[in-house]
Amino acid sequence: MLNETVAPAENVRSGRRPALRKDGRYASVFLAPSLGGLALFTLFPTAMALAISLFDWPVFGERKFLGFGNYSHLLSDPVFRRVVLNTGLFVALYVPLNVIVSLGLATWLGPKIKGRQAFRVLFFIPVMTPMVANVMVWRLLFQPGGLLDAGLSSWFGIHAPNFLGSSNWAMPAIVAMSIWQGFGYNFLVFSAAIDQVPQSQLESAQIDGAGPFQRFRYVTWPMITPSLFFATTMTLITSFQVFAQPFILTQGGPGVATQTIVMYVYNQGWQFLSMGLASAAGWVLFVIIMGITAIQFVGQRKWVNYDV
Amino acid sequence: MTSENLRRVVSHVLLIAVAIVFLGPLVYAVSTSLKPADEVFTPTPHLFGSQLRWQNYADAFTFAPFGKYFLNSLFVAVTGTLVVVCASSMSAYAFARLKFRGREQLFVLFLGTLMVPQEVLIVPMYWLMQSLGWVDSYWALILPWAFTAFGTFLLRQFFLTVPAELEEAARVDGCGPFRSFLRIMLPLARPAIAVLTVFTFISFWGSFLWPLIIVNSVEDKGTVPLGLAQFIGQQGTQWNLMMAASIMAMIPTVLLVVLLQKHLVRGLLVTGLGGR
Repeated sequence: MLNETVAPAENVRSGRRPALRKDGRYASVFLAPSLGGLALFTLFPTAMALAISLFDWPVFGERKFLGFGNYSHLLSDPVFRRVVLNTGLFVALYVPLNVIVSLGLATWLGPKIKGRQAFRVLFFIPVMTPMVANVMVWRLLFQPGGLLDAGLSSWFGIHAPNFLGSSNWAMPAIVAMSIWQGFGYNFLVFSAAIDQVPQSQLESAQIDGAGPFQRFRYVTWPMITPSLFFATTMTLITSFQVFAQPFILTQGGPGVATQTIVMYVYNQGWQFLSMGLASAAGWVLFVIIMGITAIQFVGQRKWVNYDV
Repeated sequence: MTSENLRRVVSHVLLIAVAIVFLGPLVYAVSTSLKPADEVFTPTPHLFGSQLRWQNYADAFTFAPFGKYFLNSLFVAVTGTLVVVCASSMSAYAFARLKFRGREQLFVLFLGTLMVPQEVLIVPMYWLMQSLGWVDSYWALILPWAFTAFGTFLLRQFFLTVPAELEEAARVDGCGPFRSFLRIMLPLARPAIAVLTVFTFISFWGSFLWPLIIVNSVEDKGTVPLGLAQFIGQQGTQWNLMMAASIMAMIPTVLLVVLLQKHLVRGLLVTGLGGR
Protein backbone atom coordinates (compact mmCIF):
# COMPACT_ATOMS: atom_id res chain seq x y z
CA MET A 1 0.00 0.00 0.00
CA LEU A 2 2.65 2.43 1.10
CA ASN A 3 4.59 1.47 -1.94
CA GLU A 4 1.77 2.20 -4.36
CA THR A 5 1.15 5.61 -2.91
CA VAL A 6 4.81 6.60 -2.97
CA ALA A 7 5.89 5.25 -6.31
CA PRO A 8 3.62 7.29 -8.62
CA ALA A 9 4.68 10.49 -6.87
CA GLU A 10 8.27 9.64 -7.68
CA ASN A 11 7.33 8.96 -11.26
CA VAL A 12 5.66 12.33 -11.59
CA ARG A 13 8.68 14.01 -10.09
CA SER A 14 11.18 12.37 -12.37
CA GLY A 15 8.73 12.52 -15.28
CA ARG A 16 10.18 9.32 -16.75
CA ARG A 17 7.47 6.80 -16.20
CA PRO A 18 8.15 4.61 -19.25
CA ALA A 19 11.86 4.43 -18.47
CA LEU A 20 11.02 3.44 -14.92
CA ARG A 21 8.80 0.61 -16.01
CA LYS A 22 11.50 -0.59 -18.36
CA ASP A 23 14.01 -0.58 -15.51
CA GLY A 24 11.56 -2.64 -13.51
CA ARG A 25 11.44 -5.30 -16.18
CA TYR A 26 15.25 -5.41 -16.33
CA ALA A 27 15.39 -5.53 -12.55
CA SER A 28 13.22 -8.61 -12.40
CA VAL A 29 15.64 -10.40 -14.74
CA PHE A 30 18.65 -9.30 -12.74
CA LEU A 31 17.02 -10.27 -9.46
CA ALA A 32 15.42 -13.53 -10.52
CA PRO A 33 18.23 -15.97 -9.60
CA SER A 34 18.96 -14.46 -6.18
CA LEU A 35 15.36 -13.89 -5.32
CA GLY A 36 14.33 -17.38 -6.39
CA GLY A 37 17.24 -18.98 -4.57
CA LEU A 38 16.70 -17.03 -1.37
CA ALA A 39 12.97 -17.71 -1.40
CA LEU A 40 13.41 -21.43 -1.93
CA PHE A 41 16.50 -22.00 0.20
CA THR A 42 16.20 -19.41 2.98
CA LEU A 43 12.79 -17.79 3.38
CA PHE A 44 10.72 -20.92 2.87
CA PRO A 45 12.94 -23.10 5.12
CA THR A 46 12.94 -20.46 7.87
CA ALA A 47 9.16 -20.53 8.01
CA MET A 48 9.21 -24.29 7.59
CA ALA A 49 11.57 -24.65 10.56
CA LEU A 50 9.01 -22.96 12.77
CA ALA A 51 6.28 -25.26 11.46
CA ILE A 52 8.37 -28.41 11.91
CA SER A 53 9.23 -27.38 15.46
CA LEU A 54 5.54 -27.60 16.36
CA PHE A 55 5.30 -31.24 15.30
CA ASP A 56 6.48 -34.60 16.42
CA TRP A 57 8.26 -35.05 13.08
CA PRO A 58 10.15 -38.33 12.77
CA VAL A 59 12.29 -38.85 9.66
CA PHE A 60 10.18 -41.87 8.85
CA GLY A 61 6.62 -42.47 10.03
CA GLU A 62 3.65 -40.38 11.02
CA ARG A 63 3.79 -36.69 12.00
CA LYS A 64 1.78 -35.43 14.94
CA PHE A 65 0.95 -31.82 15.87
CA LEU A 66 2.30 -30.98 19.31
CA GLY A 67 1.89 -27.23 19.60
CA PHE A 68 4.67 -26.02 21.87
CA GLY A 69 5.32 -29.55 23.11
CA ASN A 70 8.86 -29.68 21.72
CA TYR A 71 9.72 -26.38 23.38
CA SER A 72 8.45 -27.48 26.80
CA HIS A 73 10.33 -30.74 26.33
CA LEU A 74 13.52 -28.74 25.70
CA LEU A 75 12.98 -26.66 28.84
CA SER A 76 12.62 -29.75 30.99
CA ASP A 77 15.40 -31.75 29.29
CA PRO A 78 18.46 -31.66 31.57
CA VAL A 79 20.70 -32.42 28.58
CA PHE A 80 19.41 -29.40 26.68
CA ARG A 81 19.85 -27.16 29.71
CA ARG A 82 23.41 -28.40 30.07
CA VAL A 83 23.99 -27.86 26.37
CA VAL A 84 22.83 -24.23 26.60
CA LEU A 85 25.11 -23.70 29.60
CA ASN A 86 28.05 -25.27 27.75
CA THR A 87 27.47 -23.04 24.75
CA GLY A 88 27.20 -20.00 27.02
CA LEU A 89 30.44 -20.97 28.76
CA PHE A 90 32.21 -21.35 25.42
CA VAL A 91 30.99 -17.93 24.28
CA ALA A 92 31.86 -16.30 27.62
CA LEU A 93 35.43 -17.63 27.44
CA TYR A 94 36.01 -17.44 23.70
CA VAL A 95 34.74 -13.98 22.74
CA PRO A 96 36.65 -11.86 25.30
CA LEU A 97 39.85 -13.88 24.88
CA ASN A 98 39.63 -13.68 21.11
CA VAL A 99 39.17 -9.89 21.22
CA ILE A 100 41.97 -9.42 23.77
CA VAL A 101 44.44 -11.54 21.79
CA SER A 102 43.58 -10.09 18.39
CA LEU A 103 43.38 -6.48 19.55
CA GLY A 104 46.54 -6.83 21.64
CA LEU A 105 48.54 -8.24 18.76
CA ALA A 106 47.11 -5.76 16.26
CA THR A 107 48.10 -2.86 18.53
CA TRP A 108 51.54 -4.32 19.14
CA LEU A 109 52.06 -4.92 15.43
CA GLY A 110 51.53 -1.26 14.59
CA PRO A 111 52.79 0.41 11.42
CA LYS A 112 56.32 0.73 12.87
CA ILE A 113 56.93 -3.03 13.05
CA LYS A 114 58.81 -4.63 10.17
CA GLY A 115 57.32 -7.72 8.54
CA ARG A 116 53.78 -7.14 9.76
CA GLN A 117 52.47 -8.22 6.37
CA ALA A 118 53.98 -11.65 6.99
CA PHE A 119 52.33 -11.86 10.41
CA ARG A 120 48.97 -10.97 8.88
CA VAL A 121 49.26 -13.81 6.39
CA LEU A 122 50.53 -16.20 9.06
CA PHE A 123 47.71 -15.58 11.55
CA PHE A 124 45.13 -15.72 8.78
CA ILE A 125 46.09 -19.19 7.56
CA PRO A 126 44.12 -21.20 10.16
CA VAL A 127 41.08 -18.97 9.63
CA MET A 128 40.94 -20.01 6.01
CA THR A 129 41.91 -23.68 6.30
CA PRO A 130 39.15 -26.25 6.78
CA MET A 131 38.12 -26.28 10.44
CA VAL A 132 38.16 -30.07 10.48
CA ALA A 133 41.84 -30.16 9.49
CA ASN A 134 42.73 -27.65 12.22
CA VAL A 135 40.79 -29.62 14.82
CA MET A 136 42.54 -32.85 13.79
CA VAL A 137 45.93 -31.26 14.42
CA TRP A 138 44.87 -30.13 17.90
CA ARG A 139 43.42 -33.52 18.69
CA LEU A 140 46.87 -34.97 18.25
CA LEU A 141 48.37 -32.11 20.27
CA PHE A 142 46.03 -32.72 23.23
CA GLN A 143 46.33 -36.52 23.08
CA PRO A 144 48.05 -38.25 26.04
CA GLY A 145 51.58 -38.68 24.69
CA GLY A 146 51.01 -35.80 22.25
CA LEU A 147 53.22 -32.72 22.04
CA LEU A 148 51.80 -30.97 25.13
CA ASP A 149 52.03 -34.08 27.30
CA ALA A 150 55.42 -35.20 25.99
CA GLY A 151 56.82 -31.68 26.23
CA LEU A 152 55.69 -31.16 29.82
CA SER A 153 56.92 -34.53 31.00
CA SER A 154 60.29 -34.42 29.32
CA TRP A 155 61.10 -30.78 30.11
CA PHE A 156 59.42 -30.36 33.50
CA GLY A 157 58.88 -33.94 34.61
CA ILE A 158 55.12 -33.52 35.07
CA HIS A 159 52.35 -35.20 33.14
CA ALA A 160 49.79 -33.07 31.38
CA PRO A 161 46.17 -33.61 32.33
CA ASN A 162 44.13 -35.72 29.93
CA PHE A 163 42.82 -32.54 28.30
CA LEU A 164 40.05 -34.02 26.21
CA GLY A 165 38.98 -36.72 28.68
CA SER A 166 38.65 -34.50 31.74
CA SER A 167 35.45 -32.57 32.41
CA ASN A 168 37.53 -29.73 33.88
CA TRP A 169 39.92 -29.43 30.97
CA ALA A 170 37.86 -30.33 27.91
CA MET A 171 36.11 -26.97 27.54
CA PRO A 172 39.25 -24.84 28.11
CA ALA A 173 41.01 -27.07 25.57
CA ILE A 174 38.25 -26.44 23.01
CA VAL A 175 38.41 -22.70 23.70
CA ALA A 176 42.21 -22.64 23.33
CA MET A 177 42.01 -24.48 20.02
CA SER A 178 39.26 -22.17 18.78
CA ILE A 179 41.21 -19.04 19.65
CA TRP A 180 44.28 -20.31 17.81
CA GLN A 181 42.07 -21.06 14.83
CA GLY A 182 39.98 -17.92 14.78
CA PHE A 183 41.71 -14.84 16.19
CA GLY A 184 43.47 -14.09 12.90
CA TYR A 185 40.28 -12.77 11.39
CA ASN A 186 39.68 -10.12 14.04
CA PHE A 187 43.41 -9.44 14.05
CA LEU A 188 43.16 -8.49 10.38
CA VAL A 189 40.07 -6.33 10.94
CA PHE A 190 41.72 -4.51 13.88
CA SER A 191 45.01 -4.10 11.99
CA ALA A 192 43.16 -2.48 9.12
CA ALA A 193 41.41 -0.12 11.55
CA ILE A 194 44.62 0.76 13.39
CA ASP A 195 46.28 1.57 10.06
CA GLN A 196 43.73 4.35 9.61
CA VAL A 197 44.75 6.12 12.83
CA PRO A 198 46.88 9.11 11.76
CA GLN A 199 50.48 8.74 12.92
CA SER A 200 50.69 12.52 13.39
CA GLN A 201 48.08 12.41 16.17
CA LEU A 202 49.87 9.59 17.93
CA GLU A 203 53.16 11.45 17.66
CA SER A 204 51.77 14.72 18.95
CA ALA A 205 50.21 12.83 21.86
CA GLN A 206 53.62 11.32 22.55
CA ILE A 207 55.24 14.76 22.49
CA ASP A 208 52.59 15.92 24.97
CA GLY A 209 53.86 13.15 27.25
CA ALA A 210 51.19 10.48 26.75
CA GLY A 211 52.46 6.96 27.46
CA PRO A 212 51.62 3.93 25.26
CA PHE A 213 48.52 3.12 27.33
CA GLN A 214 47.19 6.68 27.21
CA ARG A 215 47.89 6.92 23.48
CA PHE A 216 45.89 3.76 22.95
CA ARG A 217 43.05 4.83 25.24
CA TYR A 218 42.60 8.39 23.99
CA VAL A 219 43.80 8.35 20.38
CA THR A 220 43.51 4.82 18.96
CA TRP A 221 40.49 3.48 20.86
CA PRO A 222 37.91 6.14 19.83
CA MET A 223 38.86 5.65 16.20
CA ILE A 224 38.55 1.87 16.16
CA THR A 225 35.30 1.44 18.10
CA PRO A 226 33.26 0.82 14.92
CA SER A 227 35.58 -2.06 14.00
CA LEU A 228 35.45 -3.34 17.57
CA PHE A 229 31.68 -3.30 17.48
CA PHE A 230 31.57 -5.09 14.15
CA ALA A 231 34.12 -7.69 15.23
CA THR A 232 32.57 -8.45 18.62
CA THR A 233 29.09 -8.73 17.13
CA MET A 234 30.21 -11.12 14.40
CA THR A 235 32.35 -13.16 16.81
CA LEU A 236 29.47 -13.46 19.28
CA ILE A 237 27.08 -14.63 16.57
CA THR A 238 29.44 -17.22 15.13
CA SER A 239 30.63 -18.49 18.52
CA PHE A 240 27.09 -19.48 19.46
CA GLN A 241 27.21 -21.74 16.40
CA VAL A 242 30.26 -23.73 17.58
CA PHE A 243 30.09 -27.30 16.30
CA ALA A 244 33.10 -28.89 14.60
CA GLN A 245 35.54 -28.28 17.48
CA PRO A 246 33.64 -30.20 20.19
CA PHE A 247 32.25 -32.67 17.65
CA ILE A 248 35.71 -33.84 16.64
CA LEU A 249 37.80 -33.07 19.73
CA THR A 250 35.55 -34.60 22.39
CA GLN A 251 32.32 -35.83 20.73
CA GLY A 252 30.65 -33.60 23.31
CA GLY A 253 32.18 -35.52 26.17
CA PRO A 254 33.14 -36.49 28.71
CA GLY A 255 29.46 -37.22 29.22
CA VAL A 256 27.78 -34.11 27.87
CA ALA A 257 30.34 -31.73 29.37
CA THR A 258 31.20 -30.11 26.02
CA GLN A 259 28.10 -30.77 23.96
CA THR A 260 26.84 -27.56 22.34
CA ILE A 261 23.47 -26.41 21.01
CA VAL A 262 24.35 -27.18 17.41
CA MET A 263 25.57 -30.65 18.41
CA TYR A 264 22.25 -31.14 20.16
CA VAL A 265 20.42 -30.13 16.96
CA TYR A 266 22.54 -32.59 15.01
CA ASN A 267 22.07 -35.41 17.52
CA GLN A 268 18.31 -34.97 17.81
CA GLY A 269 17.85 -34.72 14.06
CA TRP A 270 20.27 -37.29 12.73
CA GLN A 271 21.01 -39.67 15.60
CA PHE A 272 17.57 -39.84 17.26
CA LEU A 273 15.74 -38.87 14.03
CA SER A 274 13.49 -36.39 15.82
CA MET A 275 13.28 -33.46 13.40
CA GLY A 276 10.69 -31.59 15.45
CA LEU A 277 12.91 -31.41 18.50
CA ALA A 278 15.96 -30.55 16.39
CA SER A 279 14.06 -27.74 14.70
CA ALA A 280 12.84 -26.37 18.02
CA ALA A 281 16.39 -26.38 19.37
CA GLY A 282 17.53 -24.57 16.20
CA TRP A 283 14.89 -21.90 16.76
CA VAL A 284 15.97 -21.48 20.39
CA LEU A 285 19.49 -20.84 19.11
CA PHE A 286 18.15 -18.35 16.55
CA VAL A 287 16.23 -16.45 19.24
CA ILE A 288 19.29 -16.37 21.53
CA ILE A 289 21.41 -14.98 18.68
CA MET A 290 18.80 -12.36 17.77
CA GLY A 291 18.50 -11.31 21.41
CA ILE A 292 22.25 -10.96 21.88
CA THR A 293 22.59 -9.03 18.62
CA ALA A 294 19.77 -6.69 19.62
CA ILE A 295 21.44 -6.03 22.99
CA GLN A 296 24.70 -5.33 21.16
CA PHE A 297 23.03 -2.83 18.86
CA VAL A 298 21.30 -1.04 21.75
CA GLY A 299 24.52 -1.04 23.76
CA GLN A 300 26.66 0.36 20.96
CA ARG A 301 25.30 3.89 21.52
CA LYS A 302 27.19 3.95 24.78
CA TRP A 303 30.63 3.25 23.38
CA VAL A 304 30.85 3.32 19.59
CA ASN A 305 31.91 6.56 17.83
CA TYR A 306 31.00 6.85 14.19
CA ASP A 307 31.83 10.54 13.83
CA VAL A 308 35.50 10.71 14.76
CA MET B 1 67.76 6.72 21.20
CA THR B 2 69.51 3.54 22.30
CA SER B 3 66.65 2.66 24.68
CA GLU B 4 64.25 3.15 21.79
CA ASN B 5 66.35 0.76 19.67
CA LEU B 6 66.52 -1.76 22.51
CA ARG B 7 62.75 -1.65 22.87
CA ARG B 8 62.37 -2.30 19.18
CA VAL B 9 64.71 -5.29 19.26
CA VAL B 10 62.93 -6.80 22.28
CA SER B 11 59.61 -6.24 20.56
CA HIS B 12 60.72 -8.06 17.43
CA VAL B 13 62.22 -10.95 19.38
CA LEU B 14 58.99 -11.37 21.34
CA LEU B 15 56.97 -11.29 18.13
CA ILE B 16 59.08 -14.02 16.62
CA ALA B 17 58.51 -16.08 19.79
CA VAL B 18 54.74 -15.54 19.40
CA ALA B 19 54.95 -16.62 15.78
CA ILE B 20 56.85 -19.80 16.71
CA VAL B 21 54.27 -20.74 19.35
CA PHE B 22 51.51 -20.01 16.86
CA LEU B 23 53.17 -22.14 14.18
CA GLY B 24 53.90 -24.94 16.65
CA PRO B 25 50.75 -26.99 15.97
CA LEU B 26 51.29 -26.79 12.22
CA VAL B 27 54.95 -27.73 12.43
CA TYR B 28 54.00 -30.60 14.73
CA ALA B 29 51.40 -31.74 12.21
CA VAL B 30 53.94 -31.69 9.34
CA SER B 31 56.53 -33.49 11.45
CA THR B 32 54.04 -36.18 12.50
CA SER B 33 52.89 -36.59 8.92
CA LEU B 34 56.44 -37.65 8.01
CA LYS B 35 57.03 -40.13 10.84
CA PRO B 36 56.65 -43.91 10.82
CA ALA B 37 53.49 -44.98 12.68
CA ASP B 38 55.32 -46.37 15.72
CA GLU B 39 57.26 -43.13 16.29
CA VAL B 40 54.29 -40.75 16.55
CA PHE B 41 54.18 -40.96 20.34
CA THR B 42 57.61 -40.78 21.90
CA PRO B 43 58.43 -39.88 25.53
CA THR B 44 60.36 -36.82 24.35
CA PRO B 45 59.18 -34.70 21.41
CA HIS B 46 61.27 -35.05 18.27
CA LEU B 47 60.94 -32.96 15.16
CA PHE B 48 62.01 -35.84 12.91
CA GLY B 49 61.48 -39.57 13.11
CA SER B 50 64.14 -42.13 12.22
CA GLN B 51 63.24 -41.48 8.57
CA LEU B 52 61.20 -39.00 6.55
CA ARG B 53 58.29 -41.11 5.39
CA TRP B 54 56.91 -39.22 2.38
CA GLN B 55 55.10 -42.46 1.66
CA ASN B 56 52.53 -41.43 4.34
CA TYR B 57 51.05 -38.93 1.92
CA ALA B 58 50.52 -41.63 -0.69
CA ASP B 59 49.25 -44.04 1.97
CA ALA B 60 46.60 -41.54 3.07
CA PHE B 61 45.13 -41.89 -0.41
CA THR B 62 44.83 -45.65 -0.08
CA PHE B 63 43.54 -45.47 3.50
CA ALA B 64 40.63 -43.37 2.22
CA PRO B 65 39.71 -42.36 -1.34
CA PHE B 66 41.16 -38.88 -0.93
CA GLY B 67 41.50 -38.36 -4.65
CA LYS B 68 37.73 -38.67 -4.92
CA TYR B 69 37.20 -36.35 -1.93
CA PHE B 70 39.44 -33.71 -3.46
CA LEU B 71 37.63 -33.88 -6.81
CA ASN B 72 34.24 -33.69 -5.08
CA SER B 73 35.28 -30.72 -2.96
CA LEU B 74 36.82 -28.99 -5.95
CA PHE B 75 33.70 -29.49 -8.05
CA VAL B 76 31.35 -28.35 -5.29
CA ALA B 77 33.46 -25.32 -4.36
CA VAL B 78 34.06 -24.16 -7.95
CA THR B 79 30.45 -24.61 -9.08
CA GLY B 80 29.07 -23.11 -5.88
CA THR B 81 31.39 -20.10 -6.19
CA LEU B 82 30.35 -19.56 -9.81
CA VAL B 83 26.67 -19.55 -8.87
CA VAL B 84 27.29 -17.21 -5.93
CA VAL B 85 29.29 -14.73 -8.01
CA CYS B 86 26.81 -14.73 -10.94
CA ALA B 87 23.65 -14.47 -8.85
CA SER B 88 24.99 -11.89 -6.41
CA SER B 89 26.59 -9.63 -9.00
CA MET B 90 23.32 -9.53 -10.94
CA SER B 91 21.16 -8.72 -7.93
CA ALA B 92 23.77 -6.29 -6.63
CA TYR B 93 23.58 -4.43 -9.95
CA ALA B 94 19.80 -4.24 -9.72
CA PHE B 95 19.94 -2.83 -6.20
CA ALA B 96 22.72 -0.37 -6.99
CA ARG B 97 21.67 0.90 -10.40
CA LEU B 98 18.13 0.04 -11.47
CA LYS B 99 15.09 1.93 -10.25
CA PHE B 100 12.09 -0.22 -9.51
CA ARG B 101 9.19 -0.38 -7.14
CA GLY B 102 9.83 -1.76 -3.68
CA ARG B 103 13.60 -1.70 -4.09
CA GLU B 104 14.32 -0.57 -0.54
CA GLN B 105 11.90 -3.05 1.01
CA LEU B 106 13.32 -5.91 -1.02
CA PHE B 107 16.85 -4.97 -0.04
CA VAL B 108 15.90 -4.97 3.65
CA LEU B 109 14.41 -8.44 3.12
CA PHE B 110 17.71 -9.59 1.56
CA LEU B 111 19.66 -8.25 4.52
CA GLY B 112 17.22 -9.88 6.91
CA THR B 113 18.07 -13.31 5.52
CA LEU B 114 21.67 -12.79 6.68
CA MET B 115 20.45 -13.10 10.26
CA VAL B 116 19.18 -16.65 9.87
CA PRO B 117 21.85 -19.10 11.03
CA GLN B 118 22.53 -22.25 9.03
CA GLU B 119 21.52 -24.32 12.06
CA VAL B 120 17.90 -23.18 11.83
CA LEU B 121 17.81 -24.08 8.16
CA ILE B 122 19.36 -27.54 8.21
CA VAL B 123 16.28 -29.43 9.40
CA PRO B 124 13.83 -28.00 6.85
CA MET B 125 16.59 -28.00 4.23
CA TYR B 126 17.09 -31.72 4.75
CA TRP B 127 13.35 -32.25 4.45
CA LEU B 128 13.30 -30.10 1.29
CA MET B 129 16.15 -32.09 -0.23
CA GLN B 130 14.30 -35.30 0.61
CA SER B 131 11.19 -33.99 -1.13
CA LEU B 132 13.22 -33.02 -4.19
CA GLY B 133 15.00 -36.38 -4.19
CA TRP B 134 18.35 -34.61 -3.80
CA VAL B 135 19.70 -36.33 -0.68
CA ASP B 136 23.25 -37.56 -1.34
CA SER B 137 23.62 -35.50 -4.52
CA TYR B 138 25.85 -32.70 -5.79
CA TRP B 139 22.73 -30.52 -6.13
CA ALA B 140 22.22 -30.69 -2.38
CA LEU B 141 25.87 -29.93 -1.66
CA ILE B 142 25.90 -26.85 -3.89
CA LEU B 143 22.57 -25.10 -4.33
CA PRO B 144 21.20 -24.56 -0.79
CA TRP B 145 24.14 -22.31 0.18
CA ALA B 146 24.70 -20.65 -3.20
CA PHE B 147 22.20 -17.82 -2.77
CA THR B 148 23.35 -15.86 0.25
CA ALA B 149 22.58 -12.17 0.46
CA PHE B 150 26.13 -11.57 1.64
CA GLY B 151 27.54 -11.38 -1.88
CA THR B 152 24.74 -9.10 -3.02
CA PHE B 153 25.45 -6.77 -0.13
CA LEU B 154 29.21 -6.75 -0.69
CA LEU B 155 29.06 -6.14 -4.45
CA ARG B 156 26.31 -3.54 -4.16
CA GLN B 157 28.62 -1.51 -1.93
CA PHE B 158 31.21 -1.54 -4.72
CA PHE B 159 28.77 -0.79 -7.52
CA LEU B 160 27.56 2.24 -5.57
CA THR B 161 31.07 3.69 -5.62
CA VAL B 162 31.22 3.57 -9.44
CA PRO B 163 30.43 7.05 -10.79
CA ALA B 164 26.98 7.08 -12.43
CA GLU B 165 28.29 9.23 -15.32
CA LEU B 166 30.29 6.30 -16.65
CA GLU B 167 27.16 4.31 -17.21
CA GLU B 168 24.95 7.20 -18.29
CA ALA B 169 27.32 8.03 -21.13
CA ALA B 170 27.14 4.44 -22.32
CA ARG B 171 23.37 4.44 -22.03
CA VAL B 172 23.10 7.54 -24.18
CA ASP B 173 25.13 5.68 -26.75
CA GLY B 174 22.45 3.00 -26.74
CA CYS B 175 24.00 0.56 -24.34
CA GLY B 176 21.34 -1.33 -22.36
CA PRO B 177 21.59 -2.44 -18.73
CA PHE B 178 22.85 -5.90 -19.72
CA ARG B 179 25.75 -4.55 -21.74
CA SER B 180 26.70 -1.90 -19.24
CA PHE B 181 26.56 -4.53 -16.49
CA LEU B 182 28.85 -6.89 -18.39
CA ARG B 183 31.14 -4.35 -20.02
CA ILE B 184 31.42 -1.59 -17.44
CA MET B 185 30.38 -2.71 -13.97
CA LEU B 186 31.78 -6.24 -13.79
CA PRO B 187 35.30 -5.33 -14.94
CA LEU B 188 35.40 -2.43 -12.49
CA ALA B 189 34.29 -4.65 -9.62
CA ARG B 190 37.09 -7.15 -10.18
CA PRO B 191 38.75 -6.66 -6.74
CA ALA B 192 35.42 -7.06 -4.94
CA ILE B 193 34.61 -10.14 -6.97
CA ALA B 194 38.05 -11.55 -6.11
CA VAL B 195 37.31 -11.14 -2.40
CA LEU B 196 33.88 -12.71 -2.74
CA THR B 197 35.32 -15.57 -4.77
CA VAL B 198 37.96 -16.39 -2.19
CA PHE B 199 35.59 -16.26 0.78
CA THR B 200 32.96 -18.33 -0.99
CA PHE B 201 35.42 -20.92 -2.24
CA ILE B 202 36.91 -21.31 1.23
CA SER B 203 33.56 -21.65 2.93
CA PHE B 204 32.47 -24.35 0.48
CA TRP B 205 35.85 -26.06 0.77
CA GLY B 206 35.75 -26.17 4.58
CA SER B 207 32.04 -26.79 5.05
CA PHE B 208 31.42 -29.70 7.41
CA LEU B 209 28.02 -29.79 9.10
CA TRP B 210 25.89 -29.82 5.94
CA PRO B 211 27.88 -32.49 4.05
CA LEU B 212 27.88 -34.55 7.25
CA ILE B 213 24.10 -34.47 7.13
CA ILE B 214 23.32 -34.73 3.45
CA VAL B 215 25.96 -37.19 2.22
CA ASN B 216 25.20 -40.87 2.82
CA SER B 217 27.74 -42.50 0.53
CA VAL B 218 30.94 -40.91 1.79
CA GLU B 219 33.15 -42.93 -0.60
CA ASP B 220 31.13 -41.56 -3.53
CA LYS B 221 29.99 -38.01 -2.65
CA GLY B 222 32.23 -37.27 0.32
CA THR B 223 34.08 -33.93 0.52
CA VAL B 224 37.51 -33.36 2.05
CA PRO B 225 36.30 -32.45 5.59
CA LEU B 226 34.08 -35.54 5.63
CA GLY B 227 37.02 -37.65 4.46
CA LEU B 228 39.16 -36.27 7.28
CA ALA B 229 36.46 -37.05 9.82
CA GLN B 230 36.60 -40.65 8.59
CA PHE B 231 39.90 -40.97 10.43
CA ILE B 232 38.28 -40.60 13.84
CA GLY B 233 36.33 -43.46 15.27
CA GLN B 234 38.51 -45.83 13.30
CA GLN B 235 40.18 -48.42 15.43
CA GLY B 236 43.76 -47.55 16.22
CA THR B 237 43.86 -44.10 14.66
CA GLN B 238 46.76 -43.76 12.23
CA TRP B 239 47.89 -40.34 13.34
CA ASN B 240 50.68 -39.98 10.80
CA LEU B 241 48.31 -40.63 7.88
CA MET B 242 45.67 -38.39 9.45
CA MET B 243 48.16 -35.53 9.68
CA ALA B 244 49.27 -36.09 6.10
CA ALA B 245 45.63 -35.85 5.00
CA SER B 246 45.03 -32.72 7.13
CA ILE B 247 48.08 -31.01 5.64
CA MET B 248 46.90 -31.85 2.12
CA ALA B 249 43.47 -30.41 2.94
CA MET B 250 45.13 -27.16 4.02
CA ILE B 251 47.39 -26.69 1.01
CA PRO B 252 44.86 -25.11 -1.40
CA THR B 253 43.71 -22.53 1.12
CA VAL B 254 47.20 -21.68 2.32
CA LEU B 255 48.21 -21.07 -1.30
CA LEU B 256 45.13 -18.91 -1.81
CA VAL B 257 45.85 -16.82 1.28
CA VAL B 258 49.49 -16.30 0.33
CA LEU B 259 48.73 -15.49 -3.32
CA LEU B 260 45.80 -13.18 -2.66
CA GLN B 261 46.87 -11.58 0.62
CA LYS B 262 46.85 -8.05 -0.81
CA HIS B 263 43.33 -8.42 -2.19
CA LEU B 264 42.14 -9.95 1.06
CA VAL B 265 43.52 -7.24 3.31
CA ARG B 266 42.25 -4.53 0.99
CA GLY B 267 38.88 -6.17 0.58
CA LEU B 268 38.43 -6.41 4.33
CA LEU B 269 39.58 -2.85 4.70
CA VAL B 270 37.21 -1.45 2.14
CA THR B 271 34.16 -3.49 3.07
CA GLY B 272 34.86 -3.97 6.75
CA LEU B 273 33.26 -7.35 6.28
CA GLY B 274 34.16 -10.98 5.96
CA GLY B 275 32.81 -14.36 4.95
CA ARG B 276 30.93 -16.71 7.14
